[in-house]
Amino acid sequence: MYAREELLACVIARLIGDARHVAVGAASPIPATGAVLLKQKNPGLRLSFLHKRKGNPFTEGSRELFDLAGQGRIDVFFLGGAQIDGEASINLVQAEGRRFPGSFGSAFMYPVVKKVILFREEHSRRTLVPRVEFVSARGDPAALLTGKALFSWQKAKRRFRLQSVHEAGDVRGDTGFDYDAPGEVPLTPRPSAEDLSLLRGPVAQAIAADYADFAKRVWRIN
Amino acid sequence: MTAVEEIAARIPDGACVALPPDYSMPAMAVVRLLVLQKRKNLRLLGVPVLGMCADLLIGAGCVAEVETSAVSLGEAGLAPRFTEAVEKSEIRVRDATCPAIHTALQATEKGVPFMPLRGVIGSDLVRERGDWVVVENPMKKMGSDPILLVPAISPDVALFHARWADEAGNVWIGRRRELATIAHAARATYVTFEEMRAGDMLEDELLAPGVVSAVYVTAIARAPHGAWPLGIAGVYDIDDAHLAHYAKAARTREGFQRYLDEFVCTPEKNSSPASSPA
Repeated sequence: MYAREELLACVIARLIGDARHVAVGAASPIPATGAVLLKQKNPGLRLSFLHKRKGNPFTEGSRELFDLAGQGRIDVFFLGGAQIDGEASINLVQAEGRRFPGSFGSAFMYPVVKKVILFREEHSRRTLVPRVEFVSARGDPAALLTGKALFSWQKAKRRFRLQSVHEAGDVRGDTGFDYDAPGEVPLTPRPSAEDLSLLRGPVAQAIAADYADFAKRVWRIN
Repeated sequence: MTAVEEIAARIPDGACVALPPDYSMPAMAVVRLLVLQKRKNLRLLGVPVLGMCADLLIGAGCVAEVETSAVSLGEAGLAPRFTEAVEKSEIRVRDATCPAIHTALQATEKGVPFMPLRGVIGSDLVRERGDWVVVENPMKKMGSDPILLVPAISPDVALFHARWADEAGNVWIGRRRELATIAHAARATYVTFEEMRAGDMLEDELLAPGVVSAVYVTAIARAPHGAWPLGIAGVYDIDDAHLAHYAKAARTREGFQRYLDEFVCTPEKNSSPASSPA
């Protein structure tokens, strides 16, 4: 048995791949968990977590992350959105009369970071829409990971392709945009025993320091 | 040295006030006084984002306009008074993106009228922001290379909290360098601080890199626990329970008013008690 968050963290770790420097923004416990999991196997991986209250990696204030990214020194970054559309645009500003917090650094990070992974846990027609109401940022992502499925991005066609689903179910019915899919959609690989033991040991301890509520919910630790 | 009340009194109605994010030492004691003194039509600049500090001012009707990359309470969720005020068109928002705000302030630091910034092209922000301009890179010898220019921003006021001030009028902000940027760019900089240090921190090699020199500082005032319920790294943490309480209370106008009555309008409760676990 494993938690859905653990499966998603394992997918994140695979998507990061052989990157050297991963940055994770605020309020992203699952991407942070995936990155910390990968670091267990690849200790040379540099992680810059913006939300860290102690031992924050930056000494030039909040602009340093963007200066690093502008120079190409950040290999992987994660973005989400209140809405994500079939052209991989994200909306963090407004939809259906509702106001959201705002674009943060997305408009800059999306086009300048080599590998942007779109992550949104909620997979519904509300979040995955044909066309976003406001384009906070657009770019070419490496992938879109949701709580139900993993999509790859076809840059030439500017269209998503379904790679795998986490459980059997009606993904197309829950997705507001059109996408390509193989005839047989594979299941997302399960977390290995090794990954689960790392997640529940050192990874959980590391994540609990910055995401106490998340760690309590997933691993029941304080 | 001035009193916290005087600092608040020197920030006039209609001022453009640059504020740091919740994790970067906002001067909450002054923010509460601005609410009490019923300041009006403030224009807030989030450097580069805003949180509870701005939500309090917006909910209390002190704000006409916000320029920021986001307003949020972080793990405590949406900033409820900001959200409602925008949805009801009670305030104007000039949406930005984090590095555009840093870059615009750096232009002012350097005394130049604008600065270029990579990325951003393709975002609807460029369309909405009439003051941002996309040009061809004039240094490029061949081919097309469009790039965004953002105009310099000069806030009327920079307002933040610091760990220390010294007898020379310097303040220590450590690694929170966005505070140095706003101090350099603003016409007036007001700083509250936790503790007074004897002497001049610029003469201490270890402290000097974290100092904002008195050159940039207009006035300082001592405010112990002045960032509460937000924190100062290494001194006291963000009061997460209080922030969660605020996020819940401020979901309705009535709840927000009760919060103000309890924590802003009652002098003995509007700073963290000495016995607090912080």
